[in-house]
Amino acid sequence: MGDVKFMKGNEALSEAMIRAGCDAYFGYPITPQSEVLEYLAREATKRTGMVVLQAESEVSAINMIYGAAGCGKRVMTTSSSPGISLMQEGLSYIASAELPCLVANINRGGPGLGTIQPAQGDYFQSVKGGGHGDYHLVVLAPCSVQEMVDYVKLGFELADKYRTPVMILADGAIGQMMEKVELFPQMERVVTDYPWATTGRPAGKDRRYITSLHIQPEKMEEINHTLQAKYKVMQETEVRYQALHLDDAEYLMTGFGLAARICIKAMELGRAKGYKIGMIRPQTLFPFPTKIYAEVAPRIKGILDVEMNAGQMIEDVRLSVEGKTRVEFFGRMGGMIPSPDEILENFEKYFIKGS
Amino acid sequence: MSELNEIMNPIKENICLPEFLVYERPDTLTEQEFHYCPGCGHSTVHKLLMEVVSEMGIVGDTIGVAPVGCSVFAYHYLGVDMQQAAHGRACAVATGIKRVMPEKIVFTYQGDGDLAAIGTAETVHAANRGENLLVIFINNGIYGMTSGQMAPTSLEGMVTTTSPYGRDVLTQGYPLKISELLAHLPGVYYVTRQAVNTAGNVRKTKKALQRGLEYQKKNLGFCLVEVVSNCPSNLKMTPLESNEFVANQMIPFYPLGDIKVPEVK
Ligand SMILES: Cc1ncc(C[n+]2csc(CCOP(=O)(O)OP(=O)(O)O)c2C)c(N)n1
Ligand code: SF4
Ligand SMILES: [Mg+2]
Repeated sequence: MGDVKFMKGNEALSEAMIRAGCDAYFGYPITPQSEVLEYLAREATKRTGMVVLQAESEVSAINMIYGAAGCGKRVMTTSSSPGISLMQEGLSYIASAELPCLVANINRGGPGLGTIQPAQGDYFQSVKGGGHGDYHLVVLAPCSVQEMVDYVKLGFELADKYRTPVMILADGAIGQMMEKVELFPQMERVVTDYPWATTGRPAGKDRRYITSLHIQPEKMEEINHTLQAKYKVMQETEVRYQALHLDDAEYLMTGFGLAARICIKAMELGRAKGYKIGMIRPQTLFPFPTKIYAEVAPRIKGILDVEMNAGQMIEDVRLSVEGKTRVEFFGRMGGMIPSPDEILENFEKYFIKGS
Repeated sequence: MSELNEIMNPIKENICLPEFLVYERPDTLTEQEFHYCPGCGHSTVHKLLMEVVSEMGIVGDTIGVAPVGCSVFAYHYLGVDMQQAAHGRACAVATGIKRVMPEKIVFTYQGDGDLAAIGTAETVHAANRGENLLVIFINNGIYGMTSGQMAPTSLEGMVTTTSPYGRDVLTQGYPLKISELLAHLPGVYYVTRQAVNTAGNVRKTKKALQRGLEYQKKNLGFCLVEVVSNCPSNLKMTPLESNEFVANQMIPFYPLGDIKVPEVK
């Protein structure tokens, strides 16, 4: 059994990182996630000997991650939107070189310097690749402080299992809010002897090298096939989502992270008024839970997709339902948070009054 | 072409006879043939570096970082565990390695564009943190890999593909003496500038590499060995002419010798 605490999202995430036996964290301050580096600087090294280093930029931080991950260590960085943009070249290299690592984006409002308020405008950047070339991150979308903790553990497991960068896509509200959370017990920091890791050439054996450069297009295509095959396996085995009232649903609300959590409230308000609303909340944004949307689409009258952006995940929802049901959108942007009432109003506008 | 082969082949075979060998390929250099242009300083520095690694018996204790630049494939030649870094990020990658493997010797191998333009922040801050790294800095005054554009180290008035009328310092900036700049930082332990254009300079460069690696063995701080080098292909010179360019143009502006040495207590 772990212990139960009342914690801020960012601090719970940091605590989970320490407890997951993380070997190193490299990061750069940015609101609304600076507590992570602060918490780790206070707690991590003295408790587990974990390396904590404030880098000179997010560009450096992600490349430090590359170096340490290449030695087979359990490593993590965190940032918020503008900083995550700076990391994209590095993430592309990490995906191509197949290095495991965990990155959290505590999404704030954009574009540009934007605002420090919570937003979900980085969905496309997170799930569609973000940097150059054909690759994906595994993307986990927590909607509570508890999931911030759970996804650190899960994120490291998936990163190791698939030798891939994993992203936790949260937002400023989940990072900043305080909730009751159950923490898992401290795990050992383990030294894993990966055959690919550059830890100093073992006597009498071949040396190892880590690269993402393959000049011959045939070889580069082969690497691409390897990556795509990996993503296909993830799509078949790693999809996670929360579903509510699918058995009697005539309508669905859908969204991820904080927007989904507010949607659940809106759904309850709607159900109290007699509307048979169900809910799908993807927990993995990549791989996306395509199948469950496709399954319910033919038997429902419509889906209201709610996001804290101009409509990004809705594209994946529409691709999933293949035109078999109507998909409408309601969103707030730039750091504004939708209320359950306005979500329900929009639901009624599209599906009750208009139909 | 075949005529040339006929002329070249017997000579090549003769030279490879054991009785003609002056020195051998260090066992830490892989058998992969270098892709470097004939006469390029990168080849010489690779060989020297691996000679030192072999002689010091540190092949299993050493992890290297290759840059983006002509030496991007350094990991194919240097027979130690290696990582290939994004353009300019070698010092950040090396920091990541060294922080989680503090008992290993970590070096980066970087060109002037990599180290002193796109990677300036990574270089300066790794140095300022006193990271225990050996940085091997090949200053050929040009962007070799991308075919001869102006580098931060290109000389005043130097003609490159992006300074076709000669580097105009008023609009294109001055040649950057990054080694001198770094030497001011307290975290920096050893900075030297050497060259590989003459046999004597080659020997001195080897000594400097040895010194840098010895310091790393003891984790004494950030060390940088700059090697003033040539790029015959992009200077459109013969290897010999390019070495004369190094001697007559480069070295007068980038004087050789130690820039910062540990204080003897
Ligand atoms: C982000 C990024 N920008 C630009 C390039 C293109 N590029 C490759 S090598 C290089 C310059 C290398 O010059 P230098 O570091 O001096 O090495 P040299 O080839 O002279 O040894 C450039 C601009 C790149 N690969 N990545
Ligand atoms: S282009 Fe210049 S630096 Fe590159 S290998 Fe050829 S001579 Fe050397
Ligand atoms: Mg150069």
